[in-house]
Amino acid sequence: MTSATAVQGRWARFFDGDLWYSFKHSPTAVIAAVIAVVCVVCAVFANWIAPHNPFDLATLDLSDSRLPPAWIEGGSSKYVLGTDDQGRDILSALMYGSRISLLVGLASVALSVLIGVGLGLLSGFVGGRIDAFIMRVCDVMLSFPSILVALLIDGIGRAMFPNAHDTLAFSVLVFAIALTGWVQYARTVRGSTMVERNKEYVQAARVIGVAPVRVMFRHVLPNVLGPVLVLATIQIAGAIITEATLSFLGVGVPPTSPSLGTLIRIGQDFLFSGEWWITIFPGAMLVLIALSVNLLGDWLRDALNPRLR
Amino acid sequence: MTTLVQAVDLAKVFDVSAPWLNRVIEGKSRQFVHAVDGVSFSIEKGQTLALVGESGCGKSTVARLLVGLHEPTRGHVRFDGHDTQMVWNSAEGRALRRRIQMIFQDPYASLNPRWSVRDIVAEPLTEHNLVSGESRLRERVAELLHRVGLAPADMEKFPHQFSGGQRQRISIARALATEPEFLICDEPTSALDVSVQAQVLNIMKDLQRERGLTYLFISHNLAVVRHVSDAVGVMYLGRLVELADTETLFSTPRHPYTRMLLDAIPDIAMSGRARTPVQGEVPNPLNPPSGCSFHPRCPLANDRCRAERPALGNVGGVQIACHAVSEGRQ
Amino acid sequence: MTAPLLEVRHLRVEFPTRRGSLLALNDVSFEIAPGEILGVVGESGAGKSLTGASIIGLLEPPGRIASGEIVLDGRRIDNLPHEAMRSIRGRQIGAIFQDPLTSLNPLYPVGRQLIETIQTHLNMSVEAARARAVALLKETGIPAAEARIDQYPHQFSGGMRQRVVIALALAAEPKLIVADEPTTALDVSIQAQIISLLKRLTKQHGAAVMLVTHDMGVIAEASDRVAVMYAGRIVEIGPVQEVIHHPAHPYTAGLMGSIPSMGKARERLLQIDGTMPRLNAIPGGCAFNPRCPHAVERCRRERPDLMQAGQTRAACWLIESSRRSGA
Repeated sequence: MTSATAVQGRWARFFDGDLWYSFKHSPTAVIAAVIAVVCVVCAVFANWIAPHNPFDLATLDLSDSRLPPAWIEGGSSKYVLGTDDQGRDILSALMYGSRISLLVGLASVALSVLIGVGLGLLSGFVGGRIDAFIMRVCDVMLSFPSILVALLIDGIGRAMFPNAHDTLAFSVLVFAIALTGWVQYARTVRGSTMVERNKEYVQAARVIGVAPVRVMFRHVLPNVLGPVLVLATIQIAGAIITEATLSFLGVGVPPTSPSLGTLIRIGQDFLFSGEWWITIFPGAMLVLIALSVNLLGDWLRDALNPRLR
Repeated sequence: MTTLVQAVDLAKVFDVSAPWLNRVIEGKSRQFVHAVDGVSFSIEKGQTLALVGESGCGKSTVARLLVGLHEPTRGHVRFDGHDTQMVWNSAEGRALRRRIQMIFQDPYASLNPRWSVRDIVAEPLTEHNLVSGESRLRERVAELLHRVGLAPADMEKFPHQFSGGQRQRISIARALATEPEFLICDEPTSALDVSVQAQVLNIMKDLQRERGLTYLFISHNLAVVRHVSDAVGVMYLGRLVELADTETLFSTPRHPYTRMLLDAIPDIAMSGRARTPVQGEVPNPLNPPSGCSFHPRCPLANDRCRAERPALGNVGGVQIACHAVSEGRQ
Repeated sequence: MTAPLLEVRHLRVEFPTRRGSLLALNDVSFEIAPGEILGVVGESGAGKSLTGASIIGLLEPPGRIASGEIVLDGRRIDNLPHEAMRSIRGRQIGAIFQDPLTSLNPLYPVGRQLIETIQTHLNMSVEAARARAVALLKETGIPAAEARIDQYPHQFSGGMRQRVVIALALAAEPKLIVADEPTTALDVSIQAQIISLLKRLTKQHGAAVMLVTHDMGVIAEASDRVAVMYAGRIVEIGPVQEVIHHPAHPYTAGLMGSIPSMGKARERLLQIDGTMPRLNAIPGGCAFNPRCPHAVERCRRERPDLMQAGQTRAACWLIESSRRSGA
């Protein structure tokens, strides 16, 4: 069988399998997936589909500021969801903002997974003092509220790189959020690793003479990733919200590339003067993304649970 | 007949103490399990030695000591004249791994569920660089699968698509990949249905005949042992109590535990006979009885049995560890 | 001839799946006389545990009884509502499962579970129930029963726990005990103890036993009659020594031949090629025909029912043809 047919075979198996079946028959999962996909598409292709570019100062028109959404009196169809105090189109700002939010969310979860799975594997496989040490580090990390940890890292970043701050802001932010989330992966993977380590296929590999590191990565790792996938999906929502919180507090992304959190903060000042759309729409978008990703994660966890099948 | 494998006073102690913090707070002392406590035997080339015993007797640990998965606390293993402990850690260790392989008990846990059968059987070949080229590799895997009664097309499938007996055959194919001389089989058919067990045992016997393989066969099923082995060692709580060739052991068992075991096991051919029921249960390995560990259950126990551990001695061509036998009380 | 205690008539159990309904038990019929021990033997996937579960009323959904009847002591029990079934379970039917570790609630002392069972089904005061519980534990051979009755399951060894489970099963004086692999998880030397205990106590208490296991040795020791199951059907049923030594069905013969015996060593075990078919791929006609060395065309087309063959009954067309030819 050539590799092309092998791949085709894989897809055929997937669509025939229980996972796809369960997906098709779960209305929440399908709706959530559709919403998530729409948001992602908007974010990725914002350059092309957004009606305006809200961050190009040249195109902004102050006379258009604070316009309400198109269906309310005073609004204009040019700015479907209204504009903010600088004349930026809210809809476009949403798209560009989601891009930042999703980027930071995905990157920080990816880093979390890398750190967490790596440490969890090591901990579970090697055991002994290393395991005890890593678990104590986990315990310590869990006793700090995640926002405080993120603020701390961010503060250190600012202090260390006062001039280069804007360009490094993203990396520091991603790192900060990742650091708050890795513990869950480490613990889950450690537990699964300890179970798999005693299974006979691992012993068989050792009897063959495979080096322990290779056994860890080639044999154990593929079998412990299942729960990680579910956790990661749910954590993406958490990471996006954390980033939003940090940006809201003013210590997240730099103001030149605002994320949804920044937009919410900007709009908050105008909430009580009646211009609700400046803060509510970014807020709703945030909730929508987080909710749909969460629901997808829930479905995935139930679908992958062998006992519920 | 040359001796291929020799175990000399093998012992393995496991530290099962509670974690340090718990010990400090609860004032517990350290706890050890003498899983294997001074076991010696030898296996001739082309023969099968079976180790039988109930749970906790240490037979699986002996298997793992022989294959190098555990390090002995005491004693050593000699393979083809060389001390294996020295070799595992040296450059020749890899060559030794090719010559000794293992088949495990659980057909569901002994194959990586995420790997295809092709990858599973090919792993020893790629690990030791025995075959070069993708097509040669596939040929060799197909050959191995064919020998154990599976179709070459099966190599693209995954373990969950096979039954228990078929998985065990895949395990055997994997174990044979490096053309080993010595196969350690840890309860290879205990998890299989009776008719499937017959298939697997027949294959194993055929392979032994064809390739001159030497087997160490671990089992708790005496009927299976009778069928496959040339010599049998009976273990109890980490010690060998009787070691004899199969015919002798089954026709004239000497050790009280062996007799009890043979008598107690339900067997279709021998049902309905009068039997002496076994007394008691296997004691806790954390707290073994003093002297001869079988004395609480032995009808022939005397004071010497309670105080002094019997050594494995030769009595009429059979190795027995029993005061009653050596004193002629039986 | 006394009326049978348990009658299973044409029982069909199916599992609806998204790819269609899978028939796990296909037209199973047998009887158990009062006080008799019937062994039900078969390999994995044959349906023996399912039969036991259907009788106790503990069939796991989505599995369900599609048709057929289960009659206990003249009364139909397969179509009873939950509450009625609950009172039957325990009082008329006792159960012993495979794993003594999970059969007892680890959070309650052993005595409490016994007393609870006794009080639920028999009208007794706590003191009387306790006395009965102690007596039961003594009967099952647990030393120092008065003290041990207040201990927790983890303080007993595996064999001891299974004795407690037997005591629990007998607590309400049931007429039928369904034992599903009662000795499989125990050490080999303990198995014999438990089997002889089960035999002795059930005879003493006058309870019939349905002993489900894959171990022919246990069946040979313990049962009076045995039913051999294959792919959801009974292929042979009869007195245990007859089935073992003079099997009429090719599958039974193959099974007996493939079991290694301590009595004699053979060069090669008899081997039945192939494996038991999966539920979604059961062959037409006689389910054993692809693996049967004596299969003829009729076996592939028509499914045989149990028919008399010497002292046993077997579901095989060869018996009919040999009878007709006057063999």
